[in-house]
Amino acid sequence: MSELLIKNAVVCDPINNVNCEKMDISVKDGKIVESVSSGAKVIDAGGKLTMAGGVDGHTHCAGKINVGRFMSPHDMRMTNVPGLSGKEAPTATTRAQVGYNTPNAFAIGYRYAKMGYTTIGEAAIPIIGARHTHEEFEAIPILDKFGLTLFGSNWQVMEYIRDDEPEKLAAYVAWGLKASRGYGIKIVNPGGGEAWGWGKNVSGLDDPVPNFDVTPAQIIMGLAEANEKLNLPHSIHLHCNNLGKPGNYETTIASMKLLENLKSNRDRQVLHVTHVQFNAYGGTSWRDFESAAPQVSDYINSTDHMTFDLGQAIFGPAMTMTADGPVEYANSRMLNAKWSNMDVELEDASGVVPITYSPKNFVNAVQWAIGLELALLVDDPWKVMFTTDSPNGGSFVNYPEAYTYLMSAKRRAEIIETLPEMALGRMNIPGIDRELDLYELAIMTRAMQSKMYCMDTKGHLGVGADADIAIYDIKPDSVDTTVEYVAVKKAFSGAAYTIKSGEVVVKDGEIAMTPEGRTYWVNAKMPQATVDAMQVDVAKKFKKYYTVSQANYMVEDAYLPHPVEITTEAL
Amino acid sequence: MAVITDAICSLCGSLCDDITVTVEDNVITDVERACILGRNKFVGMFLHDRIESPMIRKNGELVDVSYEEAIDEAAKILVNSKRTLSYGWCSTSCEAISKAIQLAEETGSLIDSTANVCHGPSALAVQEKGGPSATLGAVKNRADVVIFWGCNPAHAHPRHMSRYSSFSKGFFTQKGRKDRKMIVIDVRKTDTAKLADTYVEIDQGSDYLLVTALRSAINGHEDVIPDTVAGVSKEDVLELANVLKEAKYTCVFYGMGVTQSRSKYKNGDGVSSLISDINQHSKAVMIGMRGHYNVTGFGQVATWETGFPMAIDFTRGAPYYNPGETGANDVLTRGDVDAAIISAADPGAHFPQDSLKYLAKIPVIQIDPYANPTTELSDVVFPAAVVGVEAEGTAYRMDGISLRMKKLIDTKFKTDEEIAVDLINKVRELKGGA
Repeated sequence: MSELLIKNAVVCDPINNVNCEKMDISVKDGKIVESVSSGAKVIDAGGKLTMAGGVDGHTHCAGKINVGRFMSPHDMRMTNVPGLSGKEAPTATTRAQVGYNTPNAFAIGYRYAKMGYTTIGEAAIPIIGARHTHEEFEAIPILDKFGLTLFGSNWQVMEYIRDDEPEKLAAYVAWGLKASRGYGIKIVNPGGGEAWGWGKNVSGLDDPVPNFDVTPAQIIMGLAEANEKLNLPHSIHLHCNNLGKPGNYETTIASMKLLENLKSNRDRQVLHVTHVQFNAYGGTSWRDFESAAPQVSDYINSTDHMTFDLGQAIFGPAMTMTADGPVEYANSRMLNAKWSNMDVELEDASGVVPITYSPKNFVNAVQWAIGLELALLVDDPWKVMFTTDSPNGGSFVNYPEAYTYLMSAKRRAEIIETLPEMALGRMNIPGIDRELDLYELAIMTRAMQSKMYCMDTKGHLGVGADADIAIYDIKPDSVDTTVEYVAVKKAFSGAAYTIKSGEVVVKDGEIAMTPEGRTYWVNAKMPQATVDAMQVDVAKKFKKYYTVSQANYMVEDAYLPHPVEITTEAL
Repeated sequence: MAVITDAICSLCGSLCDDITVTVEDNVITDVERACILGRNKFVGMFLHDRIESPMIRKNGELVDVSYEEAIDEAAKILVNSKRTLSYGWCSTSCEAISKAIQLAEETGSLIDSTANVCHGPSALAVQEKGGPSATLGAVKNRADVVIFWGCNPAHAHPRHMSRYSSFSKGFFTQKGRKDRKMIVIDVRKTDTAKLADTYVEIDQGSDYLLVTALRSAINGHEDVIPDTVAGVSKEDVLELANVLKEAKYTCVFYGMGVTQSRSKYKNGDGVSSLISDINQHSKAVMIGMRGHYNVTGFGQVATWETGFPMAIDFTRGAPYYNPGETGANDVLTRGDVDAAIISAADPGAHFPQDSLKYLAKIPVIQIDPYANPTTELSDVVFPAAVVGVEAEGTAYRMDGISLRMKKLIDTKFKTDEEIAVDLINKVRELKGGA
């Protein structure tokens, strides 16, 4: 069928230990192959940087983002990042586009593709709201999608942990993944969502959840053990307690330490801690607030059981959205900003609040620094996923700008120069001279994702991988990324080519075609007897407490027109 | 005979999903658990005349034509129009709404939903102040105080109080109504008010005054509250504020008495601010009592596809949103559109006279299962399947939970979605040929 030969590509492919070497890439039927026939279509990459398609493993792209859109019509007009934001009329190939932090679904697909990304992961799916998430997935063109399902304040989960029923817990998690067509376990402020049902929060790992007699630490451990029992492709994905509070780094490190001795049967971490920038705060109040990135980084450097992502802050307007309901209410009161909330029956909470990160505000300036410090102080890039927790720290369209902060001390110095004096004493970034190279950037933006999600056809260009390829208009052998950051940003903002499943979807920074992407989900198998026993408990929940009948709860096949089902067998 | 369980009622925004439907020879012969409104939707469709054939108005009369002829005529209207109003799309599926938006985008039309004369101001309030909300099950399981403000579920959402609110029993509300204080705020003693523990009667159009007084009380500024506010004594205001502060979990359900009375969206803005203030003391949320079963879905789909929930104008290419300028009644009263396509709604029965007078002057395309006052204004009419009975598809409950409606019986009629797709294709063909 369709064949493609990419010639003269300078390939940066860390999974296969290829560091900017000139080679050809053969593509057949959407996959990378050893060789193609002489009839293959040829693309001459002309020595340009070539990577696997980017994978954003933590972004808010479907579901809750619609609340953000709904409450911010002003965002639709914002043109903060030219070419990747604001309103655009429809064309022969593209639908109408709007927005910056909360772009419409079509724009999400186009703009990620322009940046050379081909796979994105929605960070939070409430099971009862999963149908909505998949409707939006379907509306996002080009990209492959997957989502993480919320379990951290779920009544059935907390009851099974309290009652010491690990088998039933695993069966419930498997069932919840199937009901929501999710890819992995997301835990947000464990127990905090339930406490928020009463307008309260939990204060740390050992603070019992009201009425459920379990602690956040027990929820984390219980779900992590279930995760390994089910042999899931991803580890638990943890948003720690006490997010956004000065001094929270101690909770963060304590949460990381909980999982030190857990073993996995799979070749991956047993813990992913997300948007750590928001959880690496020192001080005791906003007055003595400071970066605790060194403490957190020191810990991460000392262990091999975990990965994390940045949640890098970008100066300018952003839109916070999280299942951490109490945090969003606190944000809205502190910032005097509009506040949306959703208490989700039996499962979790959530909130959405707009924010602006100002370089003149010393707290925001320190937040900006913390994300970078984490990326640069953690030695092993395979532990670090690059994110802005879009759009919490800032819109994903700022990724190319943020890359330059990581790759150029000179560029960082320019920003640091504009920050308030008060902030400089609270951060460490001015004294850090590490500059990431393209190889390390490739690890943080696609290769480590392949490993941390056990997606062996994503994030690399080896034979058998999906032919998701980005060719960027810079030449690794002649560009100095530590100095030429303008060129670096431009190249990553509009790929020369983005190829998705072997088809050219972006050419010269413009959308060339818009195929539909696939949706990955995990079907974890448990022994039938355990499943049956669990179902008895779940049926009671539906009979007495849910307002949706069990028959109408599970996401139907109709919502995954292009599914990729990953099956696992329980240990 | 087929018995279908867990069917979803496609009448109101409660979207009850526990209905048992019996079908014999493709006719619904029994409906269990539905309210009288829902029951009439299921079985009523066999009692009322349907629009049987596509029709085009010729010499003042609607005459039967082939489907192809009607599509051709409708597409010509759309292609020749400088700016079409696409309106309604609320008693239909999200899949149909999506295609309606695509048709509007491709024809440079303006598209709006029934929220224009309903909960549109609620959306504006969310844009001002946010929407602190919950799923209905959070209310069922937790709420010890429910307030119905400017709404009358006893008649408009008959099973709401038993399934989700006043009478429902949940995990922390095992005794149902006994565990719960029910308050109704309205301008007249409705049948819902008769069931309440406390009925607060306010002067017509004074909702904003009462919201402001409650906020003052909750925020510790009792001294600024006059002796009487909105027709309510200061003493009663303080007592109500105290109930809200002392509650474990409050939900304010609000209806068109709040959104369409004096102060309009400012009322919703005020309620949202009140909810935020109450959360300084206890827990509170708000949920709009949406009418058409999928008007919430229109807002959802439009928001993820265009960035805006309603009143979306594609005249300039990219979506433009300015309710007050781009709402359905704004453009009709100004005479600012030159054609209309109307589906799954009946402006003929619900719009102001000035809007209808203008609608009568311009070509109108209607897509609907039944003849209604809008049919009398229409020039091309498409009969459609009844979504949720004769066609499956997605709908959003008033709290934003989406459910998949089942197809219960077969039909000869095309769905709204199919008709919208046929129009898109015909419009492309005509434009391509021009």
